[in-house]
Parts: sequence; structure tokens; C-alpha cells
Amino acid sequence: MSVAWIWRLRLPNQPMLRHLTLAISGGALLFVLTTVLSSFNDYQVAQIGVYAVALAGLTLLTGANGQISLGNGAFMAVGAYGAGLLLAHTDVPIAVALLLAVAVGAVAGVVIGIPASRLRGPYLAGMTLALAVGLPSMVTKFSSVFGGDQGLSIAPPTPPNGVDPERWLAWIVLLCVVIVLVLLGNLMRSRFGRAFRAVRDDEVAASLVGISVARTQVLAFAVSAGCAGLAGGLFGLTIGGANPDAFNVQLSISLLAGVVLGGTGSLFGVWWGAVLLVYVPQWATSVAGTLNLQTGQSSNLALLFYGVVLVVVMLAAPGGLQGGIRRLTTLFVDKVRAGIQPSLPSTEGEHT
Amino acid sequence: MKRDAQRRRRPPLTMMAVLGAAALILAACSSSPSTPSSAKGLPGETDGVTSTSITIGATTPETGPAAPGYDEIAPAANAYFKYTNAHGKVNGRTIKYLIENDQYDPAITATLTRQLVLQDHIFADVGPLGTPTFLQVKSFLNTEGVPALFVESGCNCWSSPSLPITFGWQPPYTDEGKVLGRYIDGHFAGQKVGYLSQDDEFGQDGVKGLDDQIPSSDVVGRQTYVATTQGLASGLGSQIDALKAAGAKVVVLYTIPAATALALLAAAEVGYNPQWVVSSVGSDPPTLTGLLSSISKGAAGASLLSGIISDAYLPPITDATNSWIVGFKKILHTYDSGAPWDGNTEYGLALGYNVVQDLKAAGKNLTRTALVDAVENHSSSLPGPWLVPLSYTKSDHYGIQGNEVVQLENGGQTIKTLTPVEATTISGPITTPTSTPSVAPSGFGS
Amino acid sequence: MSRFLDLTLGGVTYGAIYAAVALALVLIWRATRILNFAQGAMAMFSTYIASSLVERHVSYWVALVVALASGALIGAVVERVVVRPVERRPPLNAVIVTLGLLVAIEALAGIIWGGSLRSFPSYFSQVGLVVGRTRLAFSHFDVYVVCAVIVVLLGFVILFRFTDVGLRMRASAFSPEVSRLLGVRVGRTLTLGWALASMVGALAGVLAAPKLFLGPNFMDAVFIYGFTAAVIGGLESPLGAVIGGIVTGLSLSYVGGYLGSSLDALGALVIVMIVLMVRPRGIFTPIAERRV
Repeated sequence: MSVAWIWRLRLPNQPMLRHLTLAISGGALLFVLTTVLSSFNDYQVAQIGVYAVALAGLTLLTGANGQISLGNGAFMAVGAYGAGLLLAHTDVPIAVALLLAVAVGAVAGVVIGIPASRLRGPYLAGMTLALAVGLPSMVTKFSSVFGGDQGLSIAPPTPPNGVDPERWLAWIVLLCVVIVLVLLGNLMRSRFGRAFRAVRDDEVAASLVGISVARTQVLAFAVSAGCAGLAGGLFGLTIGGANPDAFNVQLSISLLAGVVLGGTGSLFGVWWGAVLLVYVPQWATSVAGTLNLQTGQSSNLALLFYGVVLVVVMLAAPGGLQGGIRRLTTLFVDKVRAGIQPSLPSTEGEHT
Repeated sequence: MKRDAQRRRRPPLTMMAVLGAAALILAACSSSPSTPSSAKGLPGETDGVTSTSITIGATTPETGPAAPGYDEIAPAANAYFKYTNAHGKVNGRTIKYLIENDQYDPAITATLTRQLVLQDHIFADVGPLGTPTFLQVKSFLNTEGVPALFVESGCNCWSSPSLPITFGWQPPYTDEGKVLGRYIDGHFAGQKVGYLSQDDEFGQDGVKGLDDQIPSSDVVGRQTYVATTQGLASGLGSQIDALKAAGAKVVVLYTIPAATALALLAAAEVGYNPQWVVSSVGSDPPTLTGLLSSISKGAAGASLLSGIISDAYLPPITDATNSWIVGFKKILHTYDSGAPWDGNTEYGLALGYNVVQDLKAAGKNLTRTALVDAVENHSSSLPGPWLVPLSYTKSDHYGIQGNEVVQLENGGQTIKTLTPVEATTISGPITTPTSTPSVAPSGFGS
Repeated sequence: MSRFLDLTLGGVTYGAIYAAVALALVLIWRATRILNFAQGAMAMFSTYIASSLVERHVSYWVALVVALASGALIGAVVERVVVRPVERRPPLNAVIVTLGLLVAIEALAGIIWGGSLRSFPSYFSQVGLVVGRTRLAFSHFDVYVVCAVIVVLLGFVILFRFTDVGLRMRASAFSPEVSRLLGVRVGRTLTLGWALASMVGALAGVLAAPKLFLGPNFMDAVFIYGFTAAVIGGLESPLGAVIGGIVTGLSLSYVGGYLGSSLDALGALVIVMIVLMVRPRGIFTPIAERRV
């Protein structure tokens, strides 16, 4: 009985406070984590963070607003090149370059969002796919500005004395992730978030209530593209440059996969998606490597595992990992509660 | 319903704590067992070297659209390393070669290179493939003090004072372009010439070399293509058509093998038959034969290859008398038995051989500085399959800087040498070295 | 003028190949309301099976039939095993499942047949036809490609409009519950839809391979442009798929030919945007009115 109070601990009810609490505690946890991990793992944490930022925007667009986008990789490219060009030609601090990446991404989101706002379902998917394929080719065409196929070089952020460059990078990325998650969390709870969901669920009803469908769609696109732009800028800092081959169709598809695998529409799910995107290929490669096959066979086997994982997770956990975990913890908590307080009915909505 | 809404909005703190703990455990499990402080604390000079082994690594495309052909190179180099491990090792150490698949995606290259350096602690990055891919990691490797031995790319990028421990290997594309250009200018003077080149530094550097030798008034068409699956998904008919319309009698192809085959196919379709001059990158006969063997009912596709002029900086693969080739073929057959004998595997084996000789020359006290020193100072007299002596010095980090012009015959079954070997540098003149290619030591490969 | 003609002919031929992929996508969409991202990979796999037969000196036509049959089989198995569980779920789940299949099938092909590109026979000559004194950029093989796609299109139109099977398929897609009540074996019909679609996809693979060379990834770009074609033409209409294919092929050809090859993907994007801005659901989808 004495442990029962744990189950009553709650986060604050007010959205901003709740998000800040989560952000600060989560951020502190991750900060501590980076100090015990090795350099390479810190680098991977940075990669997870980059994906998390991109996935957060995409999950808002796809989950809350119901628009399916296969082109967020292109928005990442826009952000990466924006930040990269600024850093290459001027001496601004990284924060300014990242802000520019957000801005450029958001502008691109508006530009694409306006024609996209009329499209639904597979037609929107088709247009965004064409975007993912077509936009990076602009880099090759205007190679004098963008560096063409050789790409731009982006210097990694210089750490203060005594700090590993990879760890410093992880901190910068994690800070951005935390900020983005707080902002998006608030947005989802605000009237804009309600407008997104209203338009997703029933356009006609939403417009009858006075919500401008087109404007909502464009806003969602712009926010999602702004996040993708920021992710692109961070991506450029992480890998040390921007290159059209890095912003291929696979990237856009991976982003969508990450959103769905994590749990569409869920900001917690964004973490799962990001972790999967970074770790499953690596895990698959090491498993395939233990079989001691020829290199080509081994690489293909790793990809086979990756594809199978995607399919299996989707079949086993239709709500994504976040949905699956929620179900499991609900079951678990139910059982524990039944054990601790067998006589009390569960009246309050205490478990998820 | 209110209860459902609350359910969704208020996760218990304990659940978050459980999740957080799970994340920590996950991360801790997959983190490497090395010291938690930065890898910079370790003495970098002997990273990857133990008393019994040397660990080296590379990033190459093993899957994906860029993989065909290139995926053979690293396993072939590894075959040579395995041969060395079984025949005397390197000053008592075996070589362990970690081949990582980067799918020709520079972002993946960046990740895998960091994995190789920070987690696997490789001694050197040996034979990383590709220009955009390696450009992404060149600064990182330089900062970490990891030598990059023999970048598999002909970009004019690898010999630079800012990259003191990075070395190229194959001739820069511009060198090759100059040799081919000189041949064209000498033997097809005054005729109309057309270029079809890849729209990146491979094609652009090659064209620079061609333009160095071929008067621009002779060049009537400069077509390009983009080397992505989308770029080639409609074939090269439009480009070939344009060159035909311009009346080019000589067409230079700075193309990868798939694009060479597409160009030949498109030309056959419109009945266009210029003199083809193809960069060594895209003229490997076994690869081209494999791509063209089924074309056209009744017309053997391989016959399209006869008469193609190309260049070579290693002995032509069809030369069965060359002592190096005899040895390499034996090694390939024993240690990489599924692999075909073609330009890619010859390249890999030759590169592997070069690496082993340099590792040996670096001595028992193997450090990164010793290795770099060995490459810079002990290469010019190193016997090997290359047609000109290696040109590495303290200031020149390009390796093989000479080509001979060759011609394919009998559908690519034989390769005839047309000119003596010519040496050049990116901005220097073309010279004819007097040295003769070396012969392999007796018993090589057995 | 002759350049324009050659670009047009080239665009039509490749456009027919994209149209074949688009037809497969349209069929699956009409049958199950799912976007099958693995369509290209499934087609590639069937083409490899045909290629293995051809290597053993089996005739082209037998190999073609086997490719079509294996395509149908693969489609049916995929629908029954992997897609059926997600058919009732949010559409995004099915998208991710097909994406996972795409990666897995391409990797499997790489394991079985290796990563090198290989050639695939075309049976018909790929040398251009001669008309008058000019040699066109259009060969016997290209004629065969275009004819094959037209035949498939006619087959679809007949299937959907004039046969019971087609009616059942349309009913199962629009209203599975009511169809069940009326005695339609909905599950079986869906499987049939996938089987037919994959058969068409396999045909697309066999038609594309002689021109683009067979490799585990060779259908990636063909799929992307086929998807573009389906979207342009409207996912409800087989005729739209073919028209969309031709439009895509022609625009790629003209943009690449007149503006430079590096711009053709961008040109495709512009065409898609223009078409969708005018007709947000593709050219041939009837505009549905919503009654409030």
C-alpha cells in the first residue's frame, strides 16, 4: 500500500507547464546520458535528435492534420543548403544559421503548401514525391552556387575546451529537439492544433464552423517544413556538409516510416521513430555480419532484415511503437492496480 | 468522453520513468565498451594496431544503384589481404579489413566513417570509394589524424596541402582526359568531336582534360546526363540524338559502364556509328558485354564493343601473359572465388597489393606516421602492376599518373595497346617515361 | 524537326512503360485503396525469374508467360499474407508495409542474383525502323511495347465495364460490407485484384529491362515516374494511367532534350504541380460534388 502514491503522481495539467516539465526532465536525462556514452554513441544521439526534429514536424502534418507528405527530405535539403551557404559565406553563429534554416524551410513550405492544399491522399503523396525527386536536382543545375555534386562543406560546430566535438554536437541537437517538442506540443494543444485535427477529421464540418481549410493546410505544411528545415540544418552540421545524394527519395521515405513506426501523430512516438531509424540499420548490419557471409550478401541481408522489421512492426503494432507501448503499459498498470487495490473501482482516468 | 480524453493526455510519471530507464539501458547496451572519455585521449598513432593484427576499414557501395561493378572492388582488395595473411603476413600481423556499405549516400558515409574511426578504431581508411562520399568525410579523417589511403576516385581533390595524410591512387580524370584528348587530336585531327559526360566532377574533370588537347573548334556537341536512377530512367537517346544531329564523327564518353551501354544502345537504335572513345571508368569489357549481350535479335550485342578506344593504367585484363595478372587471377580464384575477373577486381587486387607493400615498408614499429612516410618516400621504386612508377612524394599525393591508349577488339575479348604509356599531371605536360613496367616476383600469387 | 520527332517517339516509348506501372497502381488502388510502393520491386523480381529462364535457353515467350504468372502469384501472396492485416487500418500503415516490402524484395533479389546489372533480351530488334530515308528513334521493340500496353488497357476496360469479375471488384472496393451481404467473396476478389495488378507490373518490368538493364534497383525510377503518371491521370481511371504515362514520358523527354538532362526531374515536378492545380484529383477523375 505504501507505494500506491507513486501511481498518483501526475504531470501538471496546464499544457505549457506540462510540456516544460517534460522537456526539462527529459532534456536533463538525455544530457546525463550523453556524458556517459562514447564519442560515437554521442554522434548517434545527435543523429537521433536530427531525425526527431524532422519527424516531429512530419507527425504534426501527417498525424494531426492528415496530410501525407513524401517530400520532407526536400525541405531538409532546403534548410541544410540555407544554413550551409550562410555559414560558408559569413561568420554568423550557428544559432543564426539554424534560424535561417527554419525560415527558409517554412517559406518553402508555404510555397509548396499553397498548391498542395487542394490535394488529398495519394495525389498529395504523388506531388510531394515529385518534389523529393525534383528539388535536389536544382542543386546540380545551379552548381556554381550550391557546389553541385561535390556538395557544400559545413564545418562542425567548435566545442568549448575539454568537450568532445561529438558530445557538443549532441547537446546542440538535443537543445533544438527539446525546444521544437515544447513548441509543437503547445501548438497541438492550441486552437491551431484543434483546427488541424478538425480539418483532418471532417473538412466540410470544419469549414462550416469557420475554419479556413486551405489556410490550415498551408500552416501545417509550413510548420512541418520549418521543422524539416531545422532538421536539415542540424543534419548538415552533423554530417559535415550538404550533398544532393544525401537528400534522396530514401530519406523522405524513411521520415514517413519513422513517423508511422513511432506512432502517427504522437510526439512521444517521434523518439521511437528516430531511434528505430538510427539503430535498426546498424543492428541489422551487425547481425548480418555475424553470419560471416560475403560482403555483398551481408549487406543485402542487412537490408532484408530492415525491410522485414518495417513490415513486422506495422503488422504487430498498428498504432506504431508508441501505441504498442501504451497498450502494454495499460495492461501492466491495470494488473498492478488490480493487485494493489482490488476493492476500489477504477473511477479516475488514471492510466493511459 | 472525458475519461478517454484524460487517458490520452495524462501519462503517469511512472510510465515516463520506465520509458526513460529503458532508453538509458538501450543506449548503454549498444554503446561500445571503450573508455567513456573521448577517443581523442587514445594515442592515435597506433590505433587499430596490435601485436598480431592491423585493423583497416573502408566505405563502399555494396547495394543500391551505384553498386554494380563497384561492389567488387573492396572484396577483391580483401582477397589480397587474405592472401597476405596466409603467406607471410605483414611483419607478423594479420590484416583485418572492415568493409562498410554506404550505398553511395554521403550521409551514410559520414556515419559509417565515424563508426570505423571512433568505435572500431581503424588504423587507416583504405580504399574509400566515391567522390561525393569521401568529400563528406575528408575533414573529419584529417582532424582525427586517420590516414586515408588510396581514395577510389579520380577527382582532382586528393593532393592538397590541407590534406597531408590523404592519398589518391588512380589517375585523376583530367590526366586521363589529356591522354585521350591528345590521341584524338593526333589521329582524328579536324574531325567533329562530341562529348557525352556525366554531370558531376568525374565528367567535368575529364572534359577539362579533353579540352586541354582538343581544339574547341572541333567540339560540336557537349551533352551530359545525371548519374541517378531517375536520370538514366529514360535512357540516353536524347543526348545521342543531339550528337548525331551535330554530326560528331568521334564521340568521347565520360560515362559509367551502365551509361556507356545505354549510349551504345541508343546509337545502335538510330544507326549512328561514330568512333567511340570511352574513359577507362566505363569501358570494362566484361561489364559491357554483360549489359549488351542480349540486345537485338540476330545482332550480337558484344560486337558493338569492337573498335572502342579507351585507356588503361593497369595491364589490360585480357593480357594472359602479364605476370601480375596471372598472380592476381590465382589469388582472386582462391580468396574471392565467386568474383569475375574484370577491371574492378583487377583494380581492387592492385590496390590491395599496394597497401600491403606500404604496410610492410612502414616496418615493425607500425605507426600512422610511418605509414604515411612509407607511401611518400618509398613508392617510386615499388614494383607493381601499374604502367608507370607511382608518383607519390611529400607534395604529390596522386599515385598512378600515366595511361596508355588501348582499343577493344573481338567484341572486347582482346584489348590492343595503341600507344606507349604516357605520363602527365593535372596541369603539366604529357611525357613519355622511359621506365619499363616491372615484372611480378616469381611465384607471385601462388 | 527530326529532333522533335525523335524526342517524341522516345517519350512515347518510355511513357508506355511508365503507363504499365501506372495501370498496376490504379488497379490496386481501385481494388483495395492502397498505394503499393513495392510494385516496382515485385515487377523486378518477376523479371529476374524470367531472366533466369532465358539464361537456360528457354524461349523468350515462355519466359514472358512465366514472368506474368509469377507476378500474379507474388501479388496474390503479398495481398493475402502481408496486406490483408492492414487493409482495415489507417492507410499510412499499408504504405509503410509496402515500403518495407520494397526494401526486402530488392535485398532478396540482390542476395539471390547478385548486384551486377545484366541484360535482358527483347526478342524484337531494337534498331530503329526506317521510314523513307530516315531512321526513326522507334524500333520494332518499341512498337511491341506500345502495343502491349494498349492491349492491357483494353483488357482492363473490358474487365471493369463488361465482366462480372470487374463488377465484383469495383463493388468490393467501394462497399465491402454490402458486397459481402450480396454474396461477393470480398477477400478473394481483393486477392485477384492484386494478382492482376502485379501481373501488369511484371509485364512492365519485362518491357523495361531490355532498355534499362536488369538489376535489383532498376525499377525504382520507373516506379516513381509510373506513380507520377497515375497521379496525373487520376487513380480511378485506367485510361488516365496510360495518358498520364505518355504525358510523363513526353515531358521528361522534351525537358531533358531542350533544357538539359539535369532538369528533367524538375520538369516532371512542374508538370505534376500544374496538372494537379487544375485537376486536384488527376485529369480523368470525375469531380465529385459533396452535399452538405
